[in-house]
Amino acid sequence: MKTKVALTGNEAVAQAMKQINPDVVAAYPITPQTEIVQIFSSFVANGEVDTEFVAVESEHSAMSAAIGASAAGARAMTATSSQGLALMFEVVYIAASMRLPIVFPVVNRALSGPINIHCDHSDAMGLRDSGVIQLYSENAQEAYDNMIQAVRIAEHPDVQLPVMVNMDGFITSHAMDVLEVLDDETVRNFVGTRVPLDYLLDAQNPVSMGNFDMYEFYFEHKRQQTEAMKKAKEVIKEIGKEYAKISGREYGLFEAYKLDDADVAVVVLNSAAGTAKGVADELRARGIKAGVLKPRVFRPFPQDEIREALKGVKAVAVMDRAETFSTCGGPMFADVRNTLYDLKNDIKVVNYIYGLGGRDLRLEDVEKVFMDLENIRKTGRVDETVKYLGLRE
Amino acid sequence: MATLKELSKVEERFVGGHRLCAGCGHGITVRMILNAAEGYNVVVGCATGCLEVASTIYPYTAWKCSFIHNAFENAGATISGVEAAYKALKRRGKVNEEFKFIAFGGDGGTYDIGLQSLSGAMERGHNMVYVCLDNEAYMNTGIQRSSATPTGADTTTSPAGKVIPGKQQPRKDLTAIMAAHNIPYVAQTAIHNWQDVHKKARKALEVEGPAFINVLSPCPRGWRYNTPDIVEITKLAVETRFWPLFEVENGKWKLNYKPKKYVPIEEFLKPQGRFRHLFKPGNEHLIKALQEEVDNRWLALLERCGETPELPPR
Repeated sequence: MKTKVALTGNEAVAQAMKQINPDVVAAYPITPQTEIVQIFSSFVANGEVDTEFVAVESEHSAMSAAIGASAAGARAMTATSSQGLALMFEVVYIAASMRLPIVFPVVNRALSGPINIHCDHSDAMGLRDSGVIQLYSENAQEAYDNMIQAVRIAEHPDVQLPVMVNMDGFITSHAMDVLEVLDDETVRNFVGTRVPLDYLLDAQNPVSMGNFDMYEFYFEHKRQQTEAMKKAKEVIKEIGKEYAKISGREYGLFEAYKLDDADVAVVVLNSAAGTAKGVADELRARGIKAGVLKPRVFRPFPQDEIREALKGVKAVAVMDRAETFSTCGGPMFADVRNTLYDLKNDIKVVNYIYGLGGRDLRLEDVEKVFMDLENIRKTGRVDETVKYLGLRE
Repeated sequence: MATLKELSKVEERFVGGHRLCAGCGHGITVRMILNAAEGYNVVVGCATGCLEVASTIYPYTAWKCSFIHNAFENAGATISGVEAAYKALKRRGKVNEEFKFIAFGGDGGTYDIGLQSLSGAMERGHNMVYVCLDNEAYMNTGIQRSSATPTGADTTTSPAGKVIPGKQQPRKDLTAIMAAHNIPYVAQTAIHNWQDVHKKARKALEVEGPAFINVLSPCPRGWRYNTPDIVEITKLAVETRFWPLFEVENGKWKLNYKPKKYVPIEEFLKPQGRFRHLFKPGNEHLIKALQEEVDNRWLALLERCGETPELPPR
């Protein structure tokens, strides 16, 4: 049974967590994620879940406790934003290398400093090389759907990796949205229960975890993580198809919006993709063949698939809501440009850094990006590879 | 209370093959604690440090019980997560056996970088025992000072130099800090007194809720004493009242051992290379200051324990 409801992104994520009813949740409040912890605590207090909730004293301890719980055999979750994720940095890598299927929503917020509470993706991008799977969500519906699928992806025997589910701080987390939620039983059946392989609480088979790993084996272990990431792509697609059967919504590695015949395309994550799709529609009405590629899975990066999807496009703009300070563009730009290089067909790829610290992305900003691409397509000339959108200079 | 003979028959869960130094206090302490856990399934958590790097070199392990190492500063949080999982899985009928949870950390991982994680775990009331293996410096990285390092000690980051004679600050009183958490059981012990260690470990394991034990665990490399003298060194630490044996049970402080005579701190300092510079002519005032620190702490402890605050007869 499906029900249409009006929920904020945070409420939708908390709702998904309630329906998953994990064994352990260890979390610490931080704006704009706080509501998730609050709402989930009330589910615990009212007996709507029988999760063991650990109200830790920091995000470092949140992930550390989730690691302990997951290693013990439990289905464990945490949730955070920005500085909280930065504080977790060390242990996120450990969770991934110990192959622990911890699911954690990240409500994207700019990293300090200067301190700021609003949306950008600098928090999640800081952990793009940590070995966790990163899913992105355009709206509350996708955040809800991603959370439920994340459990299955993380725990799949071929994967066994943490999954981070991203959504935009305030824009998605605090805005009321209409979405369709599944009934509890359907979700319960879909996620099942975790069947751990080796776990600390197996009294008959004690195990040592987190061992000291020198040059004899460390390299091989890291390589195995990459292998799991590779396999995750197929698993994500399979689970997306299975999820379509219960929800009517199918998820793949990315959304290709009007790309089939597109001349110009924008690649953009999370809520800004909604804005970009709206602008693409308007431009199409004016005869411009505009399309949008919205990655749902950023780690692992769906390189072959994105190359295939963009091969017919003449000019591409990658929009990054994070700065790398490399002075050669944002984090997603590097991946997309690298991906298209092999085509050797002279697709022009440019970068726009936008929306840092919650700066609004307006329709006219995205329209300007598409018009720039049109100009590049017509002239074949790129005057500036990396530009800043909506910035006073 | 088991006899030594009976304890010698308990199956070891921390076994040979580890690479701890000969005469290291950690191996002795861990075996004593795990011996006291006889009859229980145990999950051990361990902070980064000598114990972890020496006992779990992949693909080997010296642990016959389940073991988890996560990072340096989070043994408290990690084992609290294991304990939370145990509660949840037991409630849901997925784990049926009884388990106990023990976290080990050195003074670096406990007094310093891991203090927050430990404090949080204790405050939340997890049913776990945290054991600090206090060797009074960061030994794993090569003998750097910690907040557990005694005043005057020569370490690689508080060297006895021409101008500054070793560590300038007094030790942090971590056991008292843990007692201030109002948890059911807190104790301080030392390995020369195996009955004391055993009794305290057993109590800590059996109490409902969090427990903390601080064990003085000498390091022959860092302290620079004659390696076979480890038991003698810890005994001197207790006889000089440098490391008193006491426990705090449900808020009630109790002194477990009162030396019969006044043994001056020099007796503990003299056999150790880390204090050698204190015995150079002109440094008498440093030893005097250290003696005053020890005496004052002793008197304060007696008061807390409801004993007459007086020094032992000279």
